[in-house]
Amino acid sequence: MSRPFWWVLAGVASLSLMSLTSLMVGPVSVDVSQAWSALFNFDSSDTSQVVVRQLRLPRTVLAIISGCCLAVAGAITQGVTRNPLGGPGILGINAGAAFAMVTAIHGLNILSPSGYVWFAFIGAVVAGFLVYIVAQVGPGGTTPVKLALAGAVVTALLSAWTSTLLLLDEETLDEARFWLAGSLTGRGTEEARLLFPLIVVALVGALLLGSSLNTLSLGEETAVSLGQKVGLVRLSAGVVSIALAASAVAIAGPIAFVGLAVPHIARALVGSDYRWVTLMCLTSGPCLLLGADIVGRMVVSPLELQVGIVTALVGAPFLIFLVRSRRLTSL
Amino acid sequence: MNLLSLAAPSLQTLSYLVVAFVSVAIAISLSRRITISQRAVRCRIFSGLTDLRLLRLCMGTLLLTIFLGLLGLEIGEYPIPRFEAIKTALWSRGGEFDFVVNSLRFPRVLAALLAGFCLAISGALFQSLLGNPLVSPDVIGINTGAALCAVFVLTVGADLSVLPWAAFVGAVLTAILIYSLAWKQGVNGSRLVLIGIGINALLASGITYLMVKYPIERVVAAARWQVGSLFGSSWSDVRILTLGVVIITPLALLLVPKLRLLQLGDELAIGLGSRVEMERMAIIVVASAYAAIAVAVIGPLGFVALLVPHMVRLIVGPLTGGGLLLTGLVGALFLLGCDLVAQQLFAPTTLPVGVVTAALGGPYFLFILVRYNRAL
Repeated sequence: MSRPFWWVLAGVASLSLMSLTSLMVGPVSVDVSQAWSALFNFDSSDTSQVVVRQLRLPRTVLAIISGCCLAVAGAITQGVTRNPLGGPGILGINAGAAFAMVTAIHGLNILSPSGYVWFAFIGAVVAGFLVYIVAQVGPGGTTPVKLALAGAVVTALLSAWTSTLLLLDEETLDEARFWLAGSLTGRGTEEARLLFPLIVVALVGALLLGSSLNTLSLGEETAVSLGQKVGLVRLSAGVVSIALAASAVAIAGPIAFVGLAVPHIARALVGSDYRWVTLMCLTSGPCLLLGADIVGRMVVSPLELQVGIVTALVGAPFLIFLVRSRRLTSL
Repeated sequence: MNLLSLAAPSLQTLSYLVVAFVSVAIAISLSRRITISQRAVRCRIFSGLTDLRLLRLCMGTLLLTIFLGLLGLEIGEYPIPRFEAIKTALWSRGGEFDFVVNSLRFPRVLAALLAGFCLAISGALFQSLLGNPLVSPDVIGINTGAALCAVFVLTVGADLSVLPWAAFVGAVLTAILIYSLAWKQGVNGSRLVLIGIGINALLASGITYLMVKYPIERVVAAARWQVGSLFGSSWSDVRILTLGVVIITPLALLLVPKLRLLQLGDELAIGLGSRVEMERMAIIVVASAYAAIAVAVIGPLGFVALLVPHMVRLIVGPLTGGGLLLTGLVGALFLLGCDLVAQQLFAPTTLPVGVVTAALGGPYFLFILVRYNRAL
């Protein structure tokens, strides 16, 4: 068996280990046997089993799903734009989601999370396409600087409007500020259940796009002369990545840098074949997000740090490292 | 308060706005028609070329600014006859209107003018130095650094008088951090931008943390400060801004010729005798200091630093010393105008001025982005 295969296998193993840890760690610590029986042999009279089943299991599942979405979305974006800085956070998707959600809460008075996630989803999609199109304009396609600036500009614009709306009333600010931090606590699994079919379709699409992305990574002209319909590949990759990123935002709020960092880690481990990179992202994305969530639960215990804050604290230095390293220009 | 009720300003205000927009457009197109002429000035050891067109533009902007400033003294919830307002502000202190004019409106107008001046010049320096019209202190994280420190002061409930100093220190430290992280055998423009964007995200997550951690009463104050507002500007704010402008502006003017050499590219600049890294660092320090004093007083106001230098560049071309002053004047005019709009648009509800600059600046900004990418 090849090297990438073993790495993916290791990823699966560490993911299951992480999930188990995530069930056990928290204000009430639970040992392995109790966590195990909460999953497979549930006894509703045992408090710690109830904690695992009612609080930590949904949270872990959400982390796994949104981790997959973010990491694969990042990998596809980076592949199709051939841009090492591609990722949902940079693309302005988070800001779009935040703007749409705050508008929904404030303007339409929608206060239930299952109501405003749809607005977040739509806002994310619109912002993603906007940034994509703006960065695409002009010769040379999307260069790292163009993409990052287009994203930063759209983010600045949308977040200025978001904070305007937040200023207009205190209730919206109070409702929105926890969502805006990116957190896995207190999210219903409802949204995840509704979005699940879409996510599965998009993930399968991402895996199928792997070989086309490999061809595209040889350069646009080479890809065309090899008979690839470059426009079609770009469009479908754009749709897949934005759908995944938007689903992740709708489920867990704006979580930065997972989509940026994980594909780079995956590429370092399994090489540049996008079929393997995508598979590796599917395992290491959730690992990173679960890890961040566990850290967030532990550092300021008994309170917790929102997972979006933890990923930003880890991810921004990673971005800086990436910019400083020589590999930025080559993808 | 609902969005719908807010979205219905009075017809009169709207008509004023339309008139203002049209006259701005006319002013820009007229200013392009002024013929370019230069005249040599010789006086003992000093000799130089003055750009008469730029001089006229500066005079025009100054006149408009003065007019708008007077308007700012005059209108408001409590209208004051024009002559009375001027009289109370300038020579006859005391009297009937003393409190409204001298404690509320005059410092606010001056703070708007000075802060607009600082922000616009800061943006112009950054944009010319990095050769990119999309860079400004608000995009690369300097404003966010100031905001993080200020939000910290606001949310922990510390003494509010330290707020400007905290914001200033935050902005300067951020600039140093970005510059030193971007250093790798010299600083390269696009690396600085990308690292700035990363730092911006990092600092923003710090702000988010503070906003989640503390109770809502304090968070509201922090949220309001973050948009940028001139509400409650006092004479001590004006004093800080004036001091900053007086100290930094000569330095900036001295650095402009060096900046123009740097714009030729590093190799050529070195060949012409520039100490490239030293000068670049000096310019970044000056530009950050401008941004820092403005942000320290009025909050991290977006889009002024981004937008105004671009508008001026459309009219006068690449940056010169006079162009820098014109940029500052236009920035002052712009911010004052925005503040008046923010006060009047939904009167008696006043908006923070940052809302208006974002609403006006945002769409224009996207337009610049597309244009810039196309021309790249």
